[in-house]
Amino acid sequence: MAVSDVISQRAYVAAPQRSAATRLLEDERWLAAVLLLPTVILLGLFIAYPFVEGVWLSVTDATVGVPGHFVGLANFTALLHDSIFLVAVQNTFVYTAVATVFKLALGLWLALLLNRHFRGKAFTRAFVLLPFIIPTVLSTFAWKWMFDPTFSVINWTLFQLGLIHSRINWLGDPNLALISVIIVNVWRGVPFYAISLLAGLQTINPELQEAAAIDGARPWQRFWHVTWPLLLPVTMVVVLFSVIQTFADFQLVYVLTGGGPANATQLFATYAYQIGVGTGLLSQGAAVSLAMFPFLLIIVVVQLLYIRRVEVH
Amino acid sequence: MIEGAKWRRWVYFYIPLGVFILWLLFPFYWMLVTSVRPDRELYRPWMAPNYAPFWTAHPTLVHIVDLLTQTLFIRWMANTLFIAIVSTLISLFCGLLAGYALSRLKFPGGGALGTGIFITYLVPQTLLFIPLASIIRNFKLGDTPWALILTYPTFLIPFCTWLLMGYFKAIPRELEECARIDGATRWKAMLYIIFPIAVPGILSAGIFAFTLSWNEFIYALVFLSSAEQKTVSVGVTSELVRGDVFYWGQLMAGALLGSVPVAFIYSFFVEYYVAGLTGSVKG
Repeated sequence: MAVSDVISQRAYVAAPQRSAATRLLEDERWLAAVLLLPTVILLGLFIAYPFVEGVWLSVTDATVGVPGHFVGLANFTALLHDSIFLVAVQNTFVYTAVATVFKLALGLWLALLLNRHFRGKAFTRAFVLLPFIIPTVLSTFAWKWMFDPTFSVINWTLFQLGLIHSRINWLGDPNLALISVIIVNVWRGVPFYAISLLAGLQTINPELQEAAAIDGARPWQRFWHVTWPLLLPVTMVVVLFSVIQTFADFQLVYVLTGGGPANATQLFATYAYQIGVGTGLLSQGAAVSLAMFPFLLIIVVVQLLYIRRVEVH
Repeated sequence: MIEGAKWRRWVYFYIPLGVFILWLLFPFYWMLVTSVRPDRELYRPWMAPNYAPFWTAHPTLVHIVDLLTQTLFIRWMANTLFIAIVSTLISLFCGLLAGYALSRLKFPGGGALGTGIFITYLVPQTLLFIPLASIIRNFKLGDTPWALILTYPTFLIPFCTWLLMGYFKAIPRELEECARIDGATRWKAMLYIIFPIAVPGILSAGIFAFTLSWNEFIYALVFLSSAEQKTVSVGVTSELVRGDVFYWGQLMAGALLGSVPVAFIYSFFVEYYVAGLTGSVKG
């Protein structure tokens, strides 16, 4: 019949057309290119391009609404003579180092506790992660309120316990502010360490522990010679992520102190925000946040090399 | 378990664990009791003899009602929800395709691209927010949800890709080869054989990405300016603090309610969330 002829003819025509695209996608290279296209476009537009733009901004004297002219490395040399910037660099290193040490130690301790068998384990683990999943800015407000010099519940508790006799100005005292901020950072980071390290602990064969116990190893020796070396690769990756996030931290300080008092808690990111957004000096702000880059690069390279070495052994 | 006397179990296990839990959860309890505390009790100095911090004598809903009626809180919640959902979907879509390509296809430059995506995974938001703000302005996206919907994938896609690559690598090649011998194209084998197997991974990546975008702060702070466009974190931070005055009752109510959606999703998918978290740090 004529009608069916038309249909089959059309189908005949359509088939090779469809298979042209399909055949192209059968080639691994073309398929990969198509699959990666959306990712490459988005990351190119909003990571690679801003990076180039940031480098360009940092060598000009642009402010909000004013394109600016090329000034070479003037912004960076100005930073070397900027006493607030130098304080911020020092603070960032202290903040990162101290917070990371405490997060690792406490996180590991909590992971070891959670690795035991006890009733309500799954429940406890779910609750322990709460500080990490609740929006940081919101939970930080709870801390700010707890640190309030006049209404502080922490002061009240310490006073009732007889540990203090006058009020402690947690966030207002330049000598204490950085410590207070670190406490909150540790609070927020410990669950991340604990749960990640717990996952690492659970991959370690318990027979190794038992064998060491039979050989007469004490609990501390078993941890140091059996568990810790096996946990080290996971630990290093967790530390890598945490160090980067802590080094580039912004929201905690922004909410708690805004960098004060007298820049005692100023970090790279808060200072970049203060200059770039607060004052509108785009180029200098871009220079401050780009100054983080070499430090981050060194941290990442050193840690990745170390991880590779650990994994080879 | 700990061997030996009962007191050892208390000293080495119950007490430390109890202190950890108290420390980790107390701020949330504090949010809760503060948000229902009337101002009369709220602004009582800790030195005052009748300061009773751990309990609210006359609980009130006034802060929560004020928050919902006098401020744009509900609007901020809706904004955040919309932004988090759309940016998560975009990131899952991109991450799924890219993760498949990088883990299962051989093509020139694949290794370099994989490394590139891993490096962007390590780029913190605070490194690029100033140039990104001027790019957003140039694209005329400033003060719209799209400023965040399009920029959040920059940290979500690398995470999703990385996590899903782990899942894809674990799926045996034979499965795909069988499907292709039966006449399926590469595209169909990917869509109908591989992706369904990776559903737990997709769910983990999606939940984790959702919480990450709900928590994001600095981009939202810099790219949005009008009160109606703000997300919960930024709205609570900037609109509930007027000048130097902190409305603590409203702030704590906002912090509590603003955390509810994340906590809700988390409570249903704890296992997937933990899988996402631990998968994200696996090398």
